[in-house]
Amino acid sequence: MGKPYISTNSIEQLRILRATEPEAVLRVKNLNVKAGDHHILKNINLEIPKNRITVLLGPSGCGKTTLLKCLNKLTDLYRELKVSGNIYIDNDDILNTTASIPDIRQKMGLLSQRPYPLPISIYKNVAYGLKLKGVRDKKLIAFSVEKHLREVGLWEEVKNRLNSPASSLSIGQQQRLCLARGLAVKPSIILADEPTSALDPTSSKIIENLFRDIKKHYTIILVTHVLRQAIRLADHVIFMDDGEIIEEGSPVELFENARTDKLRAYLVDGN
Amino acid sequence: MQLRRKIIDKLNGFWMITTLITILVLPLVICLGLYIKAAPIFEQHSFLELVFSSKWEPSRGSFGFWPFIAGSLYVTLLSFLFTAPVCLLAALYLTQFAPRALIRIMHPVIDVLAGLPSVIYGVWGILVIVPFVSAISVPLSDSPSSGYSVLAGGIVLAVMVIPYTLNMLIEVFNTVPNGLKEASLSLGATMWESVKHVVIRGNYPGIISAYGLGIAKAFGETIAVMMVVGNVVKASGNPFNAAYPLPALIANNYGEMLSIPMYDSALMFAAFLLLIIILVINLFFRLLIHKTKRL
Repeated sequence: MGKPYISTNSIEQLRILRATEPEAVLRVKNLNVKAGDHHILKNINLEIPKNRITVLLGPSGCGKTTLLKCLNKLTDLYRELKVSGNIYIDNDDILNTTASIPDIRQKMGLLSQRPYPLPISIYKNVAYGLKLKGVRDKKLIAFSVEKHLREVGLWEEVKNRLNSPASSLSIGQQQRLCLARGLAVKPSIILADEPTSALDPTSSKIIENLFRDIKKHYTIILVTHVLRQAIRLADHVIFMDDGEIIEEGSPVELFENARTDKLRAYLVDGN
Repeated sequence: MQLRRKIIDKLNGFWMITTLITILVLPLVICLGLYIKAAPIFEQHSFLELVFSSKWEPSRGSFGFWPFIAGSLYVTLLSFLFTAPVCLLAALYLTQFAPRALIRIMHPVIDVLAGLPSVIYGVWGILVIVPFVSAISVPLSDSPSSGYSVLAGGIVLAVMVIPYTLNMLIEVFNTVPNGLKEASLSLGATMWESVKHVVIRGNYPGIISAYGLGIAKAFGETIAVMMVVGNVVKASGNPFNAAYPLPALIANNYGEMLSIPMYDSALMFAAFLLLIIILVINLFFRLLIHKTKRL
């Protein structure tokens, strides 16, 4: 390999991080997804460490988004998809469970490629998940709305127009609102599917900084095909291609010592 | 070469503007034409008297249109009450819950229903709905009905309007991005909660627009309603009683009894009124759409 992708200082910090490897919060075993004859995900096995940013990296169409949708069972919406295998969250296999699917989904906040604010006010967007959970105490809801809007750095920008439609916000603000909305239901995992792909550099930077700040409390699974973003954020990297996990490990292992030609080629192209 | 391109460009611009102006001017021309033809009746009766009087005795010079307006409104309202929930639920099921294959089967069926001539609905109404209404009137109404009634008109009209409204609602609900539903589901909503809060709520303008167009079509529908509604000039609140909607008045009588003074003008006034009411309905729904868009 030529020039290092990350600084020596960062590599040292990542080594320290690896020494204190956290427990896995989510385990995937023999996951397969098929749509007719097309094998989208092929025998996926992985573990997601707790309170870390795990980056799913790979070219477009490699199955990253499908994997993410399997994790919160959004694949149920697509009848053509046949999902098999096991996904363990808190030792509960969500693919073969009798537990309520909405309850499973509330454990995982979702941030999509582009923000999807609900067609209601800014305030009601954040309160939506709480109301679904059965929270009726208005003071508690108001407290939670403010807390999570502050957490994503949006409170000062919207505090005087909480009843305005969420669609009136800029795209960057909408994405932060969606993050606040997801955090309000107290998930343990955040699934972020290329959350900055529709944002300008400034808004992207805000989201990236937010991820760094909140990973103390949440496990973040970030799908991206932007190599530089992966380098900036990843504690753990999973490189996928053509529905398979090609390589997995720490950023140091993958970005500095790629073992496969596919990853090496991807790193060269991505850089 | 440059000159030729410029001329073609100008000509294309000209004919596009001309067709647009024609489309915009046409309703005004129709409205003005009807008003001019109806004008003689205003010399003897005020607009409000014509609209709100219930006395319809053309041979004695009494032209009260209220029974016709009430009949039209009543039949339209009944048809809306039948159509609105059926179309909403069917469109939601087809777009949000049903397998894709079902919507592929349903689309041509809906198109065939929309394309059937209204006289077929009328005949079907006479053969099926009128006897049905007559049968249920015995236990439900004070006096037995022949079946030719507001209720029969409402049912036939509803069946006629369903394909239009359903098609429009399907188009509206198909525009909801999957990402929006996924966002709601990932917050812990059930599929129905997501449909309620995201698909329905996010599409109020589209739903209102579909209903508005359905109502406007229902209000102006003539043949099928005329065949089953009984055509009796009486404003009654009983759905088992006959009525006489405005379009039926015009269709039944234009060209007849024109020897009666002012009768021609009265029928032109009925047509003018029909146009105005449909215009008001459309404006009302436009206003509603505008209000819900701001949510």
